[in-house]
Amino acid sequence: MLADGNPAELFEAKGEELWKSKRGPKAATLEQCNLGKGPGVVKGAFVELPRWFADTAKVQDLESRLLTCMENFQGFDAKAIANTPFGKGEQANMSALVAWISAESKGMRFNLPQAHAQEQKNYELGKRAFYYRGGSHDFSCASCHGESDKRIRMQDLPNLTGNPGDGVGFAAWPAYRLSNGQLWGMQQRLNDCFRQQRFPYPGFASDVTIALGVFMGVNAKGAESVAPALKR
Amino acid sequence: MKSKTFVWGAAAIVLAGCASVAPAPDYGAMVSEMMRNSFRDEGIAKTDRLVQDPANAACSQAMGADLPADVASSIEKDAMKTVRFPADGKFIGDWREGEKLAQNGRGMTWTDKSTATSANGGNCLNCHQVTKEEISFGTIGPSLYQFGKNRGVTDVQSAEARPIVEYTWGKIYNPRATNACSNMPRFGHAGLLDETQMKDLMALLLDPKSPVNQ
Repeated sequence: MLADGNPAELFEAKGEELWKSKRGPKAATLEQCNLGKGPGVVKGAFVELPRWFADTAKVQDLESRLLTCMENFQGFDAKAIANTPFGKGEQANMSALVAWISAESKGMRFNLPQAHAQEQKNYELGKRAFYYRGGSHDFSCASCHGESDKRIRMQDLPNLTGNPGDGVGFAAWPAYRLSNGQLWGMQQRLNDCFRQQRFPYPGFASDVTIALGVFMGVNAKGAESVAPALKR
Repeated sequence: MKSKTFVWGAAAIVLAGCASVAPAPDYGAMVSEMMRNSFRDEGIAKTDRLVQDPANAACSQAMGADLPADVASSIEKDAMKTVRFPADGKFIGDWREGEKLAQNGRGMTWTDKSTATSANGGNCLNCHQVTKEEISFGTIGPSLYQFGKNRGVTDVQSAEARPIVEYTWGKIYNPRATNACSNMPRFGHAGLLDETQMKDLMALLLDPKSPVNQ
């Protein structure tokens, strides 16, 4: 409904270009990167992430999987990228990549695999992280996103303990934010949630962010992805 | 790779066969480990904020369900003991200052500079309706419009108003005194607001002249 003129399209174009460009110390493209559906398969990959990857023996979301591919194929230092502030250097490229990759699954429905024991374990850990109260204000994710039809000030809050609907909550990120002109991936969205939750700083692609992605993604089963969405 | 997957599958079937005697996974320990290795200090927001007191631990582990009555009552009793009334015995400040605090949602994030109470707002409107005029209010908490009026407070200094005054102070100071897993921050107990600020919020809620009670 907001697709017309979404500036996220500029990021999508840049992301596709980055995927196909020879970059990094190894001067290689990402075209053989396996996002879960086989090497180079981009369409439909986003709506099945996070998922288990045998080569890394980890459950990974889109962004942590891209770190793996950027390191393995292109020779980038994944740790250095993870430690780069959002919007700077390779993190700016990361935003563009997630914009394009998510756009390739636009209109598809979330269907995260849960067959692997580690995927199931991540769901259980993500659920517990979601309800984990702490910080100066005793907030958890559930303080804001545990019930339906609630809002903060005028901002509607999706209930992320279930499927809040097509293009809502988990199904609306990555997104272009009009308020600051930035393209935010799920990692940055979670980072800002934890900031407002008055928690300490979550590492990029840290275990808690992956587990929360599995919890929200599995709950969103059947929801249509509108990413990259347009947000105020 | 394929044979490995097969072995895994076979092992899973064997495990499933004796699932009734296998111990449940210790998610509590795994969650603690995950939280420890996922966060770092940033500005005023240090990793010690992840340490849970017994109340936060119990409310987290319930994962949205009600606590057993005895656990809830024990948390409430412990919380009640933490509530300290104002040192000078005066509960009511200036509702004008209280309204500013209610509007102010700032404080204690890693982008805030100071943990001093003077740097913190009350965050009230994020979750509560407070006045009729302000329409930008959250709905996580109940409406506080006409809070004092609905409770029959006509003179905040009167003996009749005293129980409501003490109850309201307790709600702001440590809401767990009356609701074990309340979503509300413990403004006094956690040192988020000082006595003067809490008195101003008290005035906003209870003073008959406050816009809350119009």
